[in-house]
Amino acid sequence: MIDTLRLTGEEAMGLVERREISGAELHRAYLDAIDERDGELHAYLRTVDESEGDGVPIAIKDVITTKGVETTAGSRILEGYVPLFDATVTTRCKDAGLPILGKTNTDEFAMGSSTENSAFGPTRNPWDPRRVPGGSGGGSAAAVAAGLAPWALGSDTGGSVKQPAALTGTVGLRPTYGTVSRYGVVAFASSLDQVGPVTKTVRDCALLYRILAGRDPCDSTTVDLPEPVQIPEAEDLRGLRVGVPREMNEAEGIEPGVADAVARAIELCAELGAEVGECELPRSVEYGLPCYYLVAPAEASSNLARYDGVRYGFRAGGATLRELQERTRDAGFGDEPKRRIMLGTYALSAGYYEAFYGQAQKVRTVIAREHAAAFERFDVLVSPTSPTVAFELGARTANPLAMYLSDLLTIPSCMAGLPGLSIPCGLSEGLPVGLQLIGAQFAENTLFRAGHALERALGFDYVPPRLALAA
Amino acid sequence: MAISRDDVLHVAKLARLALTEDEVARLGEQLGAILEAVGKVSELELDDVPPTSHPLDLVNVWGEDEPRPSLPADDALANAPERDGDFFRVPPAAAVETP
Amino acid sequence: MTTNGWEPVVGLEIHVHLKTRTKMFCRCELAYGAPENSRTCPVCLAHPGTLPVPNRAAIEATIKLGLALGCRIAPRALFHRKHYFYPDLPKGYQISQYDVPLCSDGRFAVPAPGGDREIEIVRAHLEEDAAKTVHVGGESGRIGGAAHSNVDFNRGGTPLVEIVTRPDLHSPEDARAFLQLLRQTIVELGISDAEMEKGTLRADANISVRRAGERALRTRTELKNMNSFSFIARGIEAEVARQVAVWESGGEVTQQTFDYDAATGKLRPHRTKEEAEDYRYLPEPDLVPVEPPAELVERLRAEVPELPSSRVRLLMDAHGRSYESALFIGRLPFADLFREMIKAGWHADDAEHALMNTFSAIDVRPELENLAELYRVYAVRHELPRPVVIEATSASSRAGFSAEPYLAQRAVADLSELDPVIDRILAANEPQVAQYRAGKEGLLGFFVGQVMRETQGKASPQVVNERLREKLKS
Repeated sequence: MIDTLRLTGEEAMGLVERREISGAELHRAYLDAIDERDGELHAYLRTVDESEGDGVPIAIKDVITTKGVETTAGSRILEGYVPLFDATVTTRCKDAGLPILGKTNTDEFAMGSSTENSAFGPTRNPWDPRRVPGGSGGGSAAAVAAGLAPWALGSDTGGSVKQPAALTGTVGLRPTYGTVSRYGVVAFASSLDQVGPVTKTVRDCALLYRILAGRDPCDSTTVDLPEPVQIPEAEDLRGLRVGVPREMNEAEGIEPGVADAVARAIELCAELGAEVGECELPRSVEYGLPCYYLVAPAEASSNLARYDGVRYGFRAGGATLRELQERTRDAGFGDEPKRRIMLGTYALSAGYYEAFYGQAQKVRTVIAREHAAAFERFDVLVSPTSPTVAFELGARTANPLAMYLSDLLTIPSCMAGLPGLSIPCGLSEGLPVGLQLIGAQFAENTLFRAGHALERALGFDYVPPRLALAA
Repeated sequence: MAISRDDVLHVAKLARLALTEDEVARLGEQLGAILEAVGKVSELELDDVPPTSHPLDLVNVWGEDEPRPSLPADDALANAPERDGDFFRVPPAAAVETP
Repeated sequence: MTTNGWEPVVGLEIHVHLKTRTKMFCRCELAYGAPENSRTCPVCLAHPGTLPVPNRAAIEATIKLGLALGCRIAPRALFHRKHYFYPDLPKGYQISQYDVPLCSDGRFAVPAPGGDREIEIVRAHLEEDAAKTVHVGGESGRIGGAAHSNVDFNRGGTPLVEIVTRPDLHSPEDARAFLQLLRQTIVELGISDAEMEKGTLRADANISVRRAGERALRTRTELKNMNSFSFIARGIEAEVARQVAVWESGGEVTQQTFDYDAATGKLRPHRTKEEAEDYRYLPEPDLVPVEPPAELVERLRAEVPELPSSRVRLLMDAHGRSYESALFIGRLPFADLFREMIKAGWHADDAEHALMNTFSAIDVRPELENLAELYRVYAVRHELPRPVVIEATSASSRAGFSAEPYLAQRAVADLSELDPVIDRILAANEPQVAQYRAGKEGLLGFFVGQVMRETQGKASPQVVNERLREKLKS
């Protein structure tokens, strides 16, 4: 009997390699777990019932294209859409012997921080089903946390991998922009979108990143890694310079329990031999969120223009073309995409471009420069991933701005294109707290090393107690 | 920052969204609040700062002019809501006037 | 050109399909006339998650064109998204260039009898073409409601260069002359077929008029969908006349777009869009900037051949050819042949005639060593039946050509031989003679034909023509 709640991707690979279990048996074990527990959680939108390979299966966020398997991005407007091709990351997983287990739930077009914006119903947090798993990649995070997948792929625009990882006690990496192909990833905000792994351990995260990363001729914005991915082993942090950005650790809205868990983790860094010092990212934190909510909706309004009911997906009736397009888009998109399309269209429209999008692009430069200055003194910057632990369903749906604040701390480094890792660093009110580690461009190996050493020292148990008890 | 009903309707038209009356009112209010919040970026004096449209400093990424197989028409049309032979079928651009 | 003291001011916007093997942002093969939707892929159908990859050959072709037009090649050019909704624009935006095009600030000289006309090129940028929408039904009237549109995405994503001129053209003829030479230049650069009938070259004109001597520009209108050089000239002429009439009647020209209807020669208001255009240009985040490396620009510069303008200029200045003839003769490889013909002693008029009427018609290229000998035939071509001239020309493409056998077939120009035949024919066709004299001069051909038949084609058509006219007059 396989304990999917505890089994890591790496362990599962070992089992398969040693032929203690077949890929098909593993696949079946996860499908059984899904049958058992996903009725409550709704982490998956659909599963793939036949294993297409003999390796460790992987769950894939439904914004990532899978040939022959419906891909909806959590939206009505793509209901029934069956891609004719695989996303590059899907191909890379398959080529590495990782068959697809299923497609996980997401906020519509990855727009959201709670997975409540999915057109197909919310996902619930395995730690407490009254609470959200974070978002937009709540499905992938919940699946990994609840043992419904050994590992998963998410996508991160402003925190959609890191924040759900934090809220579900899993590990999530948002890679350096350009290291993982976006080809076949339903676009939200092209200059920010990155695919990243969601796993139980930092080593799993590094293993997946090794499979995903590298230049893709189909994505003009990708590069090869300057150095190979190292699977971390060291259990100390000697020689590592850890920066604590004051504004990101003292920001308004950080819950005391979250602040405490993070403070303990920072102390642990010093105990493990790291040099810990304070630094500042004043404008990144203050202007990051407004900057993001101009850049991302502007690009989204453009990326979502292709959903017009002509070539694929949902179509509403209409006597004229315009009527058909307007009705299709009104009925096909949910509230959040509409809000962002409207906001982005407004920000790009005549007379507003310079004041909004143009200015936001300059703010991005400011944010990138601030981070670059910090990385002259430090190797890693740390902060909470999310100001709060998982919140209850419905708590923020009525107020978009409150929801947007969930990403206050994950957004700045995204704007600068930098990698970020979230690892669980303890509990607050019985719910996981995420520690965010930000690295310099292409410094994933440093993040893995730091994350792995901390993970060992923290000894966080990633199995939600209520599921452990039930098992 | 208030945003007028006309602005909302204009933007909806540009974005090809047939908003309901209810949506016009709700979105108008929310957009106003969000714009107010994001308008904060204009506080910064950034005349000498170059814009970042891309976090990566890449240039000249081009593909070679060598054909790759196209999709068979049936595959291209597999997801089409409506087809006419091997064409994608859509309603006429303007309403047909029936006498 | 001025009409009643009004000067036309015309600028052109030219779209050229590049002759690459594949599309601009995906590697679907370009094939004119392929079955509908047989040249598409997820990228050019704008499936979710797909990304553009620019075609190197298209970028190089654009730079090459820019160099031929004397443009500045941007050290850093960007692609932008231009947004509008139309079913033949699958992404909801066109990838184009906006404030930093690949080529700008060029200059194109069109030779003219009084010296070159300089046309400033504002910009030449690279973009992708839209797909094709076919409107079906709806004209059957009573039934109505049956109309719909069909979309074929084969053309969608074809690389397209847009060339924009300053309003430096001041007559329909100038516009036509400019376009013809530009087309020739593009064809010789090998970057496009530039055929208006096939739609691989399209031109729009913006037109205004002003009082001679006036410096400021008045309101301009746009003229679209003109699919031949003559239609462009006629369209501009019609629009200039319309504007002059409006101003002279005390009215005001308003900004407007027209289509030129070639069938009626009339201007029709272009179907107006429902809202003011707001393209919401956005730097294309899926693409990185183009920074043409100096080595590349230099290699492309070296690949730019001698341009037709210099040959046209030489033909006009040194050989007294008209612009139209010079444009024709100036084409490669005619220009070289013309040069050799002159060297071999041909009179320029005869050489022009041979190139335009015989060589090109039968697609033959005489051996250079035969040119002098062949000229013996052309020098008396008026006295030779046309088939003989053609035969001689064909034969001149083989070594050891001699003019003698052809000269022996010189047409009968001797009036003592021709007169009796002519008289006989006129006598036998009295009714036609009467009709001719009553004004039906088209009948001349009928008489010529009769004489040629009677003499088995040996009579000199020129002499027969002249003689018949003379006799019919009396």
